[in-house]
Amino acid sequence: MNSPLRLEKRTSASTTVNLMIPTISVILALAIGALFLLGAGHNPVQAYSAMFNGGFGSVYGLTETIVKGIPLMLCALGISLAFRMHLWNIGAEGQLYMGTFGATWVALSFPDSPAIFVLPAMVLMGMLCGGIWAMLPAVPRAYLGVNEIITTLMLNYVAILWVDYLVMGPWKDPDGFNFPLTAQFSDAATLPTFGDTRIHAGLLFAIAIAIIIYFAMKRTRWGYEVRVIGRSQSAAKYAGMNIPKNIIIILVLSGAVSGLAGMAEVSGLMGRLQQGFSPGYGYTGIIIAWLAKLHPGAIIIVSILFGGLQAGGFSLQSSGVPAAMVSMLQGTILFFVLGGEILTRYRIVLNFRSKDTGGKSTWKQAS
Amino acid sequence: MKKNALVQMINVTKKFPGVIANDRVSFDVKPGEVHALLGENGSGKSTLMSVLCGMYKPNDGQIFINGKEVVFKNPRDSISAGVGMVHQHFKLVDSFTVAENVVLGSKKLGFFLRMDNVEKKIAKLSESYGLGVNPTAKVWQLSVGERQRVEIVKMLYRGSQLLILDEPTAVLTPQESKELFATLKKMTDRGHAVILITHKMHEVMAVADRVTVLRQGKSVATVKRSEATPKELARLMMGQEFESSAKREKKIVGETILKMTDVNAEGDGHRPKLNNVSLSVSGGEIMGIVGVAGNGRRELAEVIVGMRGISSGQIEINGTKTANKSPKEVIDVGVSYIPDDRLGTGLVPSLGAVDNLILKSYQKSSLGSGLFINLKKAEQYSKRLINDFGVRLTSINAPVSLLSGGNQQRLLLARELSEAPRLVVAVFPSRGLDIAATEAVHKLLLEQASKGAAILLISEDLDEVFKICDRVGVLYKGCIMGDMPIEKATVEQIGLMMLGSSQSEVKVS
Repeated sequence: MNSPLRLEKRTSASTTVNLMIPTISVILALAIGALFLLGAGHNPVQAYSAMFNGGFGSVYGLTETIVKGIPLMLCALGISLAFRMHLWNIGAEGQLYMGTFGATWVALSFPDSPAIFVLPAMVLMGMLCGGIWAMLPAVPRAYLGVNEIITTLMLNYVAILWVDYLVMGPWKDPDGFNFPLTAQFSDAATLPTFGDTRIHAGLLFAIAIAIIIYFAMKRTRWGYEVRVIGRSQSAAKYAGMNIPKNIIIILVLSGAVSGLAGMAEVSGLMGRLQQGFSPGYGYTGIIIAWLAKLHPGAIIIVSILFGGLQAGGFSLQSSGVPAAMVSMLQGTILFFVLGGEILTRYRIVLNFRSKDTGGKSTWKQAS
Repeated sequence: MKKNALVQMINVTKKFPGVIANDRVSFDVKPGEVHALLGENGSGKSTLMSVLCGMYKPNDGQIFINGKEVVFKNPRDSISAGVGMVHQHFKLVDSFTVAENVVLGSKKLGFFLRMDNVEKKIAKLSESYGLGVNPTAKVWQLSVGERQRVEIVKMLYRGSQLLILDEPTAVLTPQESKELFATLKKMTDRGHAVILITHKMHEVMAVADRVTVLRQGKSVATVKRSEATPKELARLMMGQEFESSAKREKKIVGETILKMTDVNAEGDGHRPKLNNVSLSVSGGEIMGIVGVAGNGRRELAEVIVGMRGISSGQIEINGTKTANKSPKEVIDVGVSYIPDDRLGTGLVPSLGAVDNLILKSYQKSSLGSGLFINLKKAEQYSKRLINDFGVRLTSINAPVSLLSGGNQQRLLLARELSEAPRLVVAVFPSRGLDIAATEAVHKLLLEQASKGAAILLISEDLDEVFKICDRVGVLYKGCIMGDMPIEKATVEQIGLMMLGSSQSEVKVS
């Protein structure tokens, strides 16, 4: 309590505060990043304009931003479901990989089937595999209280290595010059894209899922149960709700949506399964879900901004800034945005004692 | 600046976001006096004392100890200035001995602990103040009353001149309270000063030398006890005249609704908590259950409402066997439950009034169909309850944690009592409520009894039991020590039974 700075909980956060703080955070992050860029001999103005143009400055940039945003949206939406019940599903990355596994299995097994069969089957299998991957930790969590943070995280490595094994072994494309990837999917197993952009139908999945989550949470009895269980387990038990059942349902759905992200990525963008395709979508999704305060609409928007950061990073790289520098810039921005987030909930209070009030001790507050 | 005061607080103001908890409160304590700080919940008593203990920094105002101005940066500063506080929730380590707890956090200790010296000193202190504390006992072995005395010894050991007790009798039996007051007298005889935080009038009249009444963060009066009357103090405390009007309209005792036979159950951590409990409550009847904390009060309520399983015995509610049934099944038999943990179990703090009111009826067809809740109907339903039960809200969607304790309890009662329950299990329903809100709770319970519901009231306030109950039972170590009509019970008998005497030993007339 002796510190001159103190955090005080805000009674309510105004919209201005909610908009100002992230804006200031980004500006600060860019300023710090500029110092590093200068130190490394790059022109920060040029670098930033390359980054911005790559993400938002052109039609191509914008479409790439959205393309990068799609898996982020779906993973974050899936994660947000579990987070609503205070279940910390850190396993979206693994669920995403299992989603690609399920979808790829369908695509490779039925190469000659029409799209009308193969695409829905890929969606179903992707969601099923993602859901099952989340059910593995959900059941022990529901009945034995086994910490889901550890189990979901550990299963990520299993899923990633499983896909690695497949693309390097049984599913390896015989004509692929020994690269760790499967054969190209048939056209029927490829999601349609918008015009000649790379934006694929996964965007529609994400928007549909966001709308479904929004209404399910607001209007259904199940959504009400999730809301109550998430906020007070003892009240839920008191009201006679079945908590273990709901834990399993929400985690399975959470995994299924991340699985859908995998399906969309493999079918809409890559057209084949390949090793290490995800730059950590399932982890970035956690940050997005958190920053968006689990609101499905906000998740879509924040995902696009994060997509822009990635797309911008790529074009910065192509303008001569090394990849490590780009990652560092992205890290700095994340660091400031996340650090600033606490200020939307708390404000800084200065504590100091003034000596000029005739011996009276007074503490003044400033926010 | 008063010359003879041990502690003086001048114009102390403490603000929290949105509220002024203390508004220019001035207050002083002289050596050798018991100064009662009287006020309803939320009147700022605890905040004021937390300022004096260095736990909060005041926004404005001065504190003098022995005539010298002090600024407490943290609780340690205030302890070294001779201020000691015994909190409502004791701050003791269960697995340590009394002596280890007493020296815990003390800065005076050298590198090597000389526990034998500490123990000797504690034994001496304990003896001279008549506290009966054994320095080598482990804290977990002690009763609540003994633990409180350990806290007092701790403060004396640290050389506290001023002892602040926050609602000390809330956890004690009537006999233990008397012993505590005798101890306080011994302390004041030796020049210590005592501040007694309380909202119980009879305690003030029994032990205080002076009384300061706080209302809504302001000090409204400081009077000598000898010049005050309970009625006047109550008026100062509430700001208006108050006359209790909660009375039973008519009393009809119907057929048995709750029947428990030889129920045994374990508490958290698999220790036996209920021991062959048998009791029955009839429609129209209010049965009070009292007992010291830790004797199975909460477990008793939980086994009835289905939140805790039993190992043997039978529970029958309204003719249905409900032992080891789920809470949902028990609710469906017509059981309402007012838990002691109002905000957290009874209500979901961060949700609004509507979401809290539909907590037990969201699946009913009157509030929706199929998968969906009809939000409009839920809102209408909630508005009707809010109106019927006189809950005061600023918005039906604002988190209920923002409501006053009294309004939270009204909201909870509105939900629990609106569906014409057959059995109401109420645990400490008036805890933390002011006089007017307590009165409202009593009225609602009496009304339910008049409508023919059976009511099991687990209470920590004997005044409440004598006011509204028809029968009273005493829980001690999980056993029902006695079960008697209220007309035949006295405070002394109940107090003895709370300490383990059986009904035959205390000779109910």
